[in-house]
Amino acid sequence: MTANVVDRPVRPTPGSGTGFRAVVGRIRRDRWAVTAAVVIAVFVVVALAAPLIARISGQDPYGYNVGALNDFGAPRGSLGGMSAEHWFGVEPLTGRDLFAIVTYGARTSLGIGLAATVFSLVIGVLVGVTTGFFGGWYDRVLSRVVDVMFGFPSLVFMIALTAIVPTSFPKPVLVVLVIGFFGWPAVARVIRGQTLSLRERNYVVASTAMGAGRWHVIRTQLLPNLAATITVYATISIPSMIGAEAALSFLAVGVTPPTPSWGRSIGDAVGWVQTDPMYLVFPGAALFLVTLAFNVLGDALRDALDPRGGSR
Amino acid sequence: MTDPILQVRGLRVAFGDAEPVVRDVSFDLTPGRVLALVGESGSGKSVSAMSVLGLLPPQARVTGSARFRGEELVGAPVEELRQVRGAGIGVVFQEPMNSFTPVLSIGTQIAEAVRAHPTTLDRAGVSARVDELLRSAGIADPARIRKAFPHELSGGQLQRAMIAMALAGDPVALIADEPTTALDVTVQAGILDLLRNLCRDRGLAVLLITHDMGVVADVADEVLVMRRGDPVEHGSVVDLFARPQAEYTRALLAAVPALEVRPASASDGASAETRAERPDSRPTSRATSSSASVADDAGRASRPVVARLRDVGVRYSRRGDPTVSGIDLELHAGETLGLVGESGSGKTTIGRALAGLVPVVEGTVDVDGQDLRTARGRRLRDIRKRVGIVFQDPASSLNPRQSIGWSIAEPLLVHEPSADRPARVRELLEAVQLDPSWAERFPHQLSGGQRQRVAVARALALRPALLIADEPTSALDVTVQAAVLDLLRDLQDEFGFGCLLVSHDLAVVRQLADRVAVLHHGRIVEHGTTQAVLDDPQEDYTRMLLAAAPVADPARQAERRRAWREWEGVVA
Repeated sequence: MTANVVDRPVRPTPGSGTGFRAVVGRIRRDRWAVTAAVVIAVFVVVALAAPLIARISGQDPYGYNVGALNDFGAPRGSLGGMSAEHWFGVEPLTGRDLFAIVTYGARTSLGIGLAATVFSLVIGVLVGVTTGFFGGWYDRVLSRVVDVMFGFPSLVFMIALTAIVPTSFPKPVLVVLVIGFFGWPAVARVIRGQTLSLRERNYVVASTAMGAGRWHVIRTQLLPNLAATITVYATISIPSMIGAEAALSFLAVGVTPPTPSWGRSIGDAVGWVQTDPMYLVFPGAALFLVTLAFNVLGDALRDALDPRGGSR
Repeated sequence: MTDPILQVRGLRVAFGDAEPVVRDVSFDLTPGRVLALVGESGSGKSVSAMSVLGLLPPQARVTGSARFRGEELVGAPVEELRQVRGAGIGVVFQEPMNSFTPVLSIGTQIAEAVRAHPTTLDRAGVSARVDELLRSAGIADPARIRKAFPHELSGGQLQRAMIAMALAGDPVALIADEPTTALDVTVQAGILDLLRNLCRDRGLAVLLITHDMGVVADVADEVLVMRRGDPVEHGSVVDLFARPQAEYTRALLAAVPALEVRPASASDGASAETRAERPDSRPTSRATSSSASVADDAGRASRPVVARLRDVGVRYSRRGDPTVSGIDLELHAGETLGLVGESGSGKTTIGRALAGLVPVVEGTVDVDGQDLRTARGRRLRDIRKRVGIVFQDPASSLNPRQSIGWSIAEPLLVHEPSADRPARVRELLEAVQLDPSWAERFPHQLSGGQRQRVAVARALALRPALLIADEPTSALDVTVQAAVLDLLRDLQDEFGFGCLLVSHDLAVVRQLADRVAVLHHGRIVEHGTTQAVLDDPQEDYTRMLLAAAPVADPARQAERRRAWREWEGVVA
């Protein structure tokens, strides 16, 4: 009796669908996305292998080299003191190796950016899914909280908070918590909207109607369908988190010196831009490259995960 | 007979390098006649029609010839096509709700269509023309409709306004792509009447695209049957229904569920054939075998009650009237209760009330002996275990990110974690006549009918006492529909569940249901055995509903149309 049904098998069209392989395939066809992925991979490797790289170049980010400076504290030689020894030159006033500062800075930036993103995604997804799915007074209360968070002058608050918290509290953790805390409302709102539309789909209703509990529905029906949105949102939110960390460090309320940070280097370099422009260029370029790469990849992911797209 | 105005010869359409989706289609459109293009989904009927006007996506390759008043349209430059669109050939689409811009009034949008082609009319002239167009589309108060926005009008009114818009350029031909598929039967009858009159009175040539053999029998003069891009049969409507030549046409006609009891003497070879193929099954229409149904009735009353509704009311919003109220229904095991009515009559709401998905504000709902209304948490979940649901839209009833095996096993995962899930999934897939090895597949690899079978398998996974089938076949092709209905009947014999069948299609209800309840504005207007309600309706509303549904027989349909006009007058 199965013959009448199987006579027209429907095969999946190659290149469509949102399976992992299909998405990777589409990403690989997008040259910009591949470039971005490579740039991100390079930065991640640099961040992970920073001590190794520092040993190869023979420099570390904490050692002073007053010998590399002239009497005014500016690096000796042209291009900020670039040489075979100091590949990116040295930092003015201290003479620390700029290459080492940039490589170790990648640890700070990427580490804090990723951690803050994970933190904000966990809270945002949790709040977004539960408010969208449960509804009722719980949704009303938390949605107002999200509204308040949006209206909050977050930068002022971040600066104030990092200034009043006792210095014994580890600064990187504090920065992660503060940035992540102001990141989740945006995630929650996007996820809540998606959940509201998923909630009405028949397969979600069917799951409820068969007697499944709420957490079962969230885990098996909602989250797999939200995965694409969450992935794209994560990729796009990492650069803004990195930017936020840089901004805090720029304003001298981020990670404490002497921990290398692109943001603080940029902040310091602004005062030296006339005499030593290369001091601004290297950390600035690193920050620019990594944020651009994450944004490009996020954009490509969004296109690749949309099964209707692809005709670009 | 007048000369054809549009001659299509050897039309082929292919998308990209793929196999052509339309092969060698030829037809003529003649003023004053309706040509129906019939076929199931994917047969290429819409693509054929739209290719004539160059309305296909750019990657479509169209070859062959389409001559409109002697001018070749295939491959014609856009400017030339623009002259034909609207002014030569008007188009009416399926979804009237999506065919208008929601932010502009109907009058503004029709006026735009009037001005789309060179006109000498001034402001007042255009407005008068809009009124005239609306009136010719059968709208009695054009002044009100003209000022209204799309969301303020009903589907029927919007489709009439859409037809008025299509007439704005004084076309000589009209392409209507499933113009009534999204509408209720009572509204559909009016729109088909309008199309027929426009065709006769204005001498319009109409190309009607439809999947509904009843609609064909109602309005068409000529029919072209298509299947997977190939023309199968072409002929006059009388010949085609009386003496279908192609096997596919016969199969298509046989699959149409019968609304009326056919006299035993009627020579219905096709239907007799299907019956002969399935000697083990019950007669196609339960209600036709009256002696059996009487015997069944006695047996049924002694069976346990699986669902009982007492004076039930459901209300979605805090203000306004309840969506349904005063509902009294009883459903026994092994019995099918058909719930029929127009859209908005509350049939789906009652189905959802039985699954505890909507707020019941009055009365009592008992499912399998348990009070559903007061149940919360654990107890509600246990009641839900006894209920299976099949939804209307097969596209959204399965989670696209989970394999169908997982979806079928989900109820087991929730309620019987220790069950041997792969074995049960295999059994269930076999029960719904799908290949058990398909458990690994994902919903997008299945056709609509196959997905609906999976949805049925999932609903039956826990061997429920009650199955709620909410328009289980209305999104499916007619041949697939017949197979799914047969399947539901066989499964009911095997599993013995009580079935609440929600449907707008009286013919489907006749085929499957033992008893029928007719809903109108949230209340039951008539309730009884299928035979009593559908063959000898007591209420005017039921009679009108029955009369409005077209049957796949041109001669009978002409009689029914006359009867419908009378009943429409009575109810209105």
